[in-house]
Amino acid sequence: MRRIGIWIALGGLLLGTAACGGGSGGRSGGTAAKESLSVGFVAEPANLDFTSTEGAAIPQALLVNVYEGLVKLDQDGKIQPLLAEKWDVSPDRRTYTFTLRKNVTFTSGAPFTADDVVFSLGRVRTDWKLKIKTQLDVIDKVDKKDDTTAVVTLKRPSNGFLYALATRLGAMFSRTGVADLANKPVGTGPYQLGVWKRGDSIRLDANPKYWGTKPAVSAVTLKYFKDATAMNNALLTGGIDVISSVQAPESLQQFADPNRFTTVEGTTNGEVVLSMNNGRPPFDDKKARQAVRYAIDHKALLDTAWAGRGKLIGSMVPPTDPWYEDRTGDYPYDPAKAKELLGGKTYTVKMRIPNLPYAVASAQVVKSQLAQVGITADIEPLEFPARWLDVVFKQGDYDMSIINHVEPRDMGIFADKSYYFRYDNPEFGKLLASADEGSEQQQSDDLKQAAKLLSDDAAADWLFLFPNLIVARKGVTGLPQNAIAESFDFTGLAKQ
Amino acid sequence: MIVYLLKRLAVLLASVAAAGVAVFAFMAVLPGDPAEIALGVNATPEAVAELRARFGTDRPPVTQFLDWFGGLAHGDFGTSYVTSSPIGPQIADRLGVTVVLVLGGMVVALLVAVPAGTFAAVHHRDPLGAAISAASQVGIAIPAFLAGILLVFVFAVKAQALPSGGYVPIADDPAEWLRSLLLPWLSLGLVQGAVLTRYVRSAVLDVMREDYLRTARAKGRGRMGALWRHGLRNASIPVVTVLGLQLATLLIGAVVVERVFVIPGLGDLLLNGVAGRDLLLVQGVVMVLVAAVLLINFVVDVCYAVLDPRLRGAR
Repeated sequence: MRRIGIWIALGGLLLGTAACGGGSGGRSGGTAAKESLSVGFVAEPANLDFTSTEGAAIPQALLVNVYEGLVKLDQDGKIQPLLAEKWDVSPDRRTYTFTLRKNVTFTSGAPFTADDVVFSLGRVRTDWKLKIKTQLDVIDKVDKKDDTTAVVTLKRPSNGFLYALATRLGAMFSRTGVADLANKPVGTGPYQLGVWKRGDSIRLDANPKYWGTKPAVSAVTLKYFKDATAMNNALLTGGIDVISSVQAPESLQQFADPNRFTTVEGTTNGEVVLSMNNGRPPFDDKKARQAVRYAIDHKALLDTAWAGRGKLIGSMVPPTDPWYEDRTGDYPYDPAKAKELLGGKTYTVKMRIPNLPYAVASAQVVKSQLAQVGITADIEPLEFPARWLDVVFKQGDYDMSIINHVEPRDMGIFADKSYYFRYDNPEFGKLLASADEGSEQQQSDDLKQAAKLLSDDAAADWLFLFPNLIVARKGVTGLPQNAIAESFDFTGLAKQ
Repeated sequence: MIVYLLKRLAVLLASVAAAGVAVFAFMAVLPGDPAEIALGVNATPEAVAELRARFGTDRPPVTQFLDWFGGLAHGDFGTSYVTSSPIGPQIADRLGVTVVLVLGGMVVALLVAVPAGTFAAVHHRDPLGAAISAASQVGIAIPAFLAGILLVFVFAVKAQALPSGGYVPIADDPAEWLRSLLLPWLSLGLVQGAVLTRYVRSAVLDVMREDYLRTARAKGRGRMGALWRHGLRNASIPVVTVLGLQLATLLIGAVVVERVFVIPGLGDLLLNGVAGRDLLLVQGVVMVLVAAVLLINFVVDVCYAVLDPRLRGAR
């Protein structure tokens, strides 16, 4: 009897916590697919609505896979037809006539017609919440000519328009499918949302009614890991098939065995920028900024901070853009020249960086290299995103920072003088405007010049281009080499 | 007994209310605006203002608090800023996972601590007993996440015997569910077991010096027999106290262990909520954790009364 007393007491203790535990939650699962793959990612979408919530994770999972646009971006950065079979541009380059694919339906069963084009592009202005929507401000009107023809009229010629349509801005929504974008995406793509286990994974199932080539893999599971080591271990133990982006290049050696793993290395749109506050001393002085550019040995920095993976660029253009030029020669490593530019003065500056691995690793090297020329950089890591966004990005209370600017074709951020760089050169803005309105050749010429201007002005320093590093189990094919679109394209994936 | 319980219950409710005020106040002074974070680098002033209005964060703090706490009182945790879905079901879903994790860890801890501690006490003069004490000291020094990483390295990466992480709901596949939880249980349980071993050992040692145990031995019971019949129940009182405190520690340890093993539990939900400044979600999770700890303490108090009749009259 006494013994039982103890166990009742202990049992009560355990039950007490279980009782407040409530239901265990009804997760459904069980993959019915014959051929499935799981891919590890770092950031889980907060919700599935990329029209009102920022975050690369949402278009990464959904664009091209679930939502399709009229056009899409291929691996070389060229625009290819998707829901539009073809398009004609008027001689004044202000009218685009899109011929739509026939027999395309949304996963809800509704047919895709020109009405949906009018609806989706119209929604960008009326319902989207993000600043990027201004990229489509150039649209004057969108008309339906017939069910399979949509006509877009622009206010002025724009080279950026078609490119913007290849991003999330061009995603086609169903007129009856936008009630709960945060949880229930309705698109025309080869995949549809299967099961979302929040905090764990999203499963995309092949869309049985897809208009195009059906994907070889009938279910793709996107598994989310906050911890890079946990993701590496999952690949090592067969928990996942692919690491979508290796978080620390040193960890690649674990996957060196070619009989077990394949490594893909390519480029991204991510310029790791060493930003300098052009709006306040000491970096309101061009000479001080130039001194910083001369003081940094970029090759050594890349080797130390990111195991030599990545590419040196020298300005705000990734190598996959048509107007890319290697600008690393503008400011070769020259500490003597840096000291000369500083004129014997020494400075102490606040380097407020996000607490992200590449920023922390790079900041250490930058600090020690700047110390050589008389600039003392006090590193202050800020919690990302909350604190960094508030202090550096919004208030502009910093001297230097380091962040990977991942948006495609984002040189334009330097044209906004209220942007946290506080860079102000009207000449630069003029070049961008002329590039957007001019012919393709003009665009390329102007943007080359704009990139050169940024570099000459030392508006910032460009530490390196972030590499795209993917590791997969041997036998997985169809992985995108370059991560230059907003989506992680699953449509070509296959498993042998 | 009834009066004692009512008093404890009153303390419990008052503590929960005080905790609610504290949690809300902490969230209010946390830097970072939820609307600005949701929109990130793409924020326009108009969109931020609109989102603030939708979240309700543009209202005075007192109104926000009353609204939130009033909702809590009838079980409504509100709607998450980030996911736009109700918070209550999300917490319930995750809590189930965490409770299983913590209870499993506790069971492992007890399975380790009770035999090891008792053995160490009975043999406290032998080298083997001393060795157990020394081993438990080492165990106390290891944080649960480090134990987790080491266990993954040995059992998952090297031996390929168990999954390195992930969680399979029991409804999907009971065997996989067990396999996915074994390492997390061990990493939580072994460390806590080491701590608990010390308490079991000293409690049993104390009891062994009591007169009633000597009397029992004099009546002809063996050493283990006397301990079993007369000692364990008395030794269990300090152990239950520690166990209650340990459950709170285990809950906190679970937050980290969930991250190491990629388990979608409450800790994972909490950390995501903090990063996205999903204030209502964070408040909800923290309130549930606070309430759980307070409830554990309450249950511990009740357990005293069951275990030791002397306490019932005392208060």
